[in-house]
Amino acid sequence: MKQRLEDFAIIDNYLCIRMPREVDHHGAAGIRESADRLIMDDKVRNIVFDFEDTTFMDSSGIGIIIGRYRKISCFGGKVYAINTSDRVRRLLKTSGMSAIIEVLT
Amino acid sequence: MNRRNEIYMEFDAISENEGLARVVIAAFLARLDPTVEQLEDVRTAVSEAVTNAIIHGYEEKGGKVVMQAALSENGVLEVHICDTGVGIADVEQAMQPLFTTGSENERSGMGFAFMEAFMDRIEVESVPGEGTKVHMWKSFEHCGEGTQPILQAAVWNSDGRL
Repeated sequence: MKQRLEDFAIIDNYLCIRMPREVDHHGAAGIRESADRLIMDDKVRNIVFDFEDTTFMDSSGIGIIIGRYRKISCFGGKVYAINTSDRVRRLLKTSGMSAIIEVLT
Repeated sequence: MNRRNEIYMEFDAISENEGLARVVIAAFLARLDPTVEQLEDVRTAVSEAVTNAIIHGYEEKGGKVVMQAALSENGVLEVHICDTGVGIADVEQAMQPLFTTGSENERSGMGFAFMEAFMDRIEVESVPGEGTKVHMWKSFEHCGEGTQPILQAAVWNSDGRL
């Protein structure tokens, strides 16, 4: 699924990314590129991944989060995962991500 | 339990087909009436193996991926994902969590760890220059036990009456 422009929003210094229904390798490059372009905008300090629409995710999603985490954490930014389903939370926990990012239901 | 059932599918090693492989394995499992969690575990593991074949086996230059799956009489699923790509020189190293040949910001290095976490057993055979075969097993023997079917939970009260 193609990422659309409206899936990305900058609110204050938060970059909010609406994650697609299926987060896999196929869609990962598009999300990474759009996110990184916006992170270059120096207003962005924190990132919020919104999983409201997400019904499937594999380790490609973890790769997206880790990569963005590396980019902003050295400047003191935080990463949040919101509207997470049981499944998304399980993947974040299994991968150890829930220890370094803020996971909200 | 039903009799043994097998499927064989060959498809191009392009990222669009990662979703296809997940849909096929989910449909194949449907007759076992698995829980959502069991189904998602298998879908994730298959997605990891197919993605590995596309990215690492064929280095995103294309090729053919074969997915074979079988359900045994006693409810054990076996899935085999095979490519004839570059192969893996050191399988043990490749299976270490966080090991990745992809650039740091792109891949998590958790593909094999997820397959191991979500399936009962996984074996990897690889010959450099010839390709890689990932074999995975998961038992559905106790499928359905412990979780009340949604319809039942919604329709019957605690006395078992409507």
